[in-house]
Amino acid sequence: MITPANVRRNTPQRYRMEAGKCAACGKVFFPPRVVCPCGSRKFKTVTLPSEGKVVACTVIRTAPRGFGDEAPYGMGIVELSDGTRILCQIADCEPERLKVGLPVSLEFRKIQEAGESGVIAYGYKAVPER
Amino acid sequence: MRDVAIIGIGMTDFGEHWNDSLRDLFVKAALAAMDDAGVDHVDSLVVGSMAPGLFIGQEHLGSLLADYLGQGPIPGTRVESACASGGLALRVGFMEVASGMSDVVLVGGVEKMTDVSGAQATYALATAADQDMEAFHGVTFPGLYAMIASAHMHRYGTKREDLAQVAVKNHDNGLLNPHAQYRMKITVDQVVNAVKVADPLTVLDCSPITDGAAAAVICPLEMAKKMRLKKAPVRIAASAHATDTIALHQREDLTFLKSTYEAAQKAYQMAGVKVSEIDFAEVHDCFTIAEICVIEALGVVKKGQGGKATRDGLTARDGKFPVNPSGGLKSKGHPVGATGVAQVHEIVTQLRGEAGPRQLKGVKRGLAQNMGGSGGSAIVHILEVL
Amino acid sequence: MVGIVGYGAYIPRNRIKVEEIAKVWGADAPSLKRGLMLREKSVPAPDQDVITIAVEAAKNALRRAAVDPRKIGAVYVGSESHPYAVKPTGTAVAEVLGAVNDCHCADLEFACKAGSEGMFLAYALVKSGEVEYALGIGADTSQGAPGDALEYSAAAGGAAFLMGAKNVVAEVECQYSFMSDTPDFWRREYMHYPRHGGRFTGDMAYFKHVRGGVEGILQKAGAKPRDFRYAVFHQPNGKFPMKMAKDLGFTEEQMKTGLLVPTLGNTYSGASPLGLSAILDEAKPGDRILMCSFGSGAGSDAFVFHCTKNLPKVQGKARKTRDYLDRNPLYLDYGTYVKFRRKIRKNVED
Repeated sequence: MITPANVRRNTPQRYRMEAGKCAACGKVFFPPRVVCPCGSRKFKTVTLPSEGKVVACTVIRTAPRGFGDEAPYGMGIVELSDGTRILCQIADCEPERLKVGLPVSLEFRKIQEAGESGVIAYGYKAVPER
Repeated sequence: MRDVAIIGIGMTDFGEHWNDSLRDLFVKAALAAMDDAGVDHVDSLVVGSMAPGLFIGQEHLGSLLADYLGQGPIPGTRVESACASGGLALRVGFMEVASGMSDVVLVGGVEKMTDVSGAQATYALATAADQDMEAFHGVTFPGLYAMIASAHMHRYGTKREDLAQVAVKNHDNGLLNPHAQYRMKITVDQVVNAVKVADPLTVLDCSPITDGAAAAVICPLEMAKKMRLKKAPVRIAASAHATDTIALHQREDLTFLKSTYEAAQKAYQMAGVKVSEIDFAEVHDCFTIAEICVIEALGVVKKGQGGKATRDGLTARDGKFPVNPSGGLKSKGHPVGATGVAQVHEIVTQLRGEAGPRQLKGVKRGLAQNMGGSGGSAIVHILEVL
Repeated sequence: MVGIVGYGAYIPRNRIKVEEIAKVWGADAPSLKRGLMLREKSVPAPDQDVITIAVEAAKNALRRAAVDPRKIGAVYVGSESHPYAVKPTGTAVAEVLGAVNDCHCADLEFACKAGSEGMFLAYALVKSGEVEYALGIGADTSQGAPGDALEYSAAAGGAAFLMGAKNVVAEVECQYSFMSDTPDFWRREYMHYPRHGGRFTGDMAYFKHVRGGVEGILQKAGAKPRDFRYAVFHQPNGKFPMKMAKDLGFTEEQMKTGLLVPTLGNTYSGASPLGLSAILDEAKPGDRILMCSFGSGAGSDAFVFHCTKNLPKVQGKARKTRDYLDRNPLYLDYGTYVKFRRKIRKNVED
């Protein structure tokens, strides 16, 4: 769902990789949370690193609505260098290189748009070294 | 807490029902269950349906279906836990009876998925995932499970053919199930070479889009013993529910279905049994890899051994621990909200000895594992003969 | 001293060769390649646009500048292909960098010189003392109409320049702009593709205004072509800037580092800025660089840059322009190219 409000609300995470680190136990949450499973309600804003490696991956061939033009595209769970995991598309990657263990870095890309006349939602994708 | 029994079951065929609306499907399954139980009135209705709002623009199902079943003004409750909505309906109904709040409860599940396009159906199903962190990026459910598969194959050496074997086995079983959507044999080769949906999963690794409903009538066990029932009641020995992060990437271990493990542990404890005392199971094979991970999380096999166990025939109908004798979601079909109740339908049918050509010999205790999303929720029931 | 404190480039990974386009339209690839001095061009992926390119180039500029983004007082992005007709590109860049919320943002257009306009405004704002740092970015993903000559060259890429007065790596010694109202190349509102005046776009547009810009700045700076180690002009193809260089007295040696178009294509508002970033990647302290952009409609912005001893310290802090351009590109066929560039008419879904 791409609406003006939800695009704006997600901006600190999608544009700047802002996460929340629990002041009590140090666990990092992306997106930030209100309460930590450890019980603490105090958090510090941290920025996630932009380097990591693929720990799970696939190529989406039957795409959901809004992504049809881009299929097939790589997707993966990336473990960033601080241990935080994110899910995102893997872009600019030759099919034979997409496997568990591939080192990647995050780039700013267009993720979706609400149709040809709607708001564009930007965010992060992982790209391997060229 | 009172002991609870299942006294009647019913389900529609699973498939593409162009002429049946959601209410038609539900009422047909519910009436079949009530007829099976020999009751014409229930005290309460609990229905599981994942996304009727997105599939047919209809919410407020509890009231709608209580009315269409001719049972107004009973309380009607619609519950949701993504693909575990059916299992949750049984759990909530169980709690109503066990607590003494109601005596005879109709629990059911229904999903009407074929009115919308494939793309819209995929979108509706994706609401079980984390919208901001997963669906936003263009991932689909086949994609999430494909990622679990990639991690499982990388860590444990699970083979592509092991995944395919799950589908082959379940189709072998579904061939013998008159309610199943896809009653045809398939081979490992066919699975591996079918149209790719999300690498490595092909269309034959994925459960289908289906319309259907399933229902059961439950009541206190003591009451069931006093009723003149045509079929022996089945005892609900355990009803358990556990949650985990709905986002796959936030799980502790990408290859381990923790919510299933937690729910199963609670269920074994509640029933006072070990997994070795369970004779067979109906599990949530939304995708072939799911069944492999589920039998590990249930403790049927060790972590990482699910692929090998499937390959070795452990979970076949003639194996030591038959899984999905109904054909599973893969062959039977997966009308999302109905699945959890349909699993129970199969277990009761097997425990009653009424499964015909797919009957498992001498089974006394079965386990149903129903799962939501990529493992964000799991509901486990253990049913046993009296 | 005011000038560039950080610079950065971004070029998408995809490419398409002249042959690939020519074979579909029945054109003579070898002649085209000779005539345009162009072999292949960059293609933006469906998930890339001027905002994403400007952001990545700006991030590289900030890696080199190592400045607190909250000190950036202005962000100007010049392009002919801003993703929105109404809604700025600059605000997205500022938001990603964290230059929020005290920042002046404005999007610029003037055909291919919109990027250098941003650079001039950024420089002038810092020079006037109004802001401490300002970003000027040129980026484009412009399209050529199918089968038109411009389809061979219209490419994608961008470069960003952070202007400031501390730790300057390339001082702006002089700036000069030349313009006239000349309809050589244009696109009307709501039209999808631009149109142009054919051969009129040569002498009366490109050559007249680049000459005007270069001669003007040489006079203003009291300099001669031989005073420069490097020169970079707007590069819609390889032929125009090299002919201009010859006519004005600049050598191939001076031009070659900044001439990216043979394998990049024409990145419109990113063209001379990217040429400049490629030069800055290699230049040494003391080197003088002359840059002159050209924008149809028509006008040019010229700059004289003087590299300082700070330049070598920052060159290696971010990916170099040539690395983006030369390393392992992904080649597309024409079908994938037109799919990526949305030139295929599809069904409208509800």
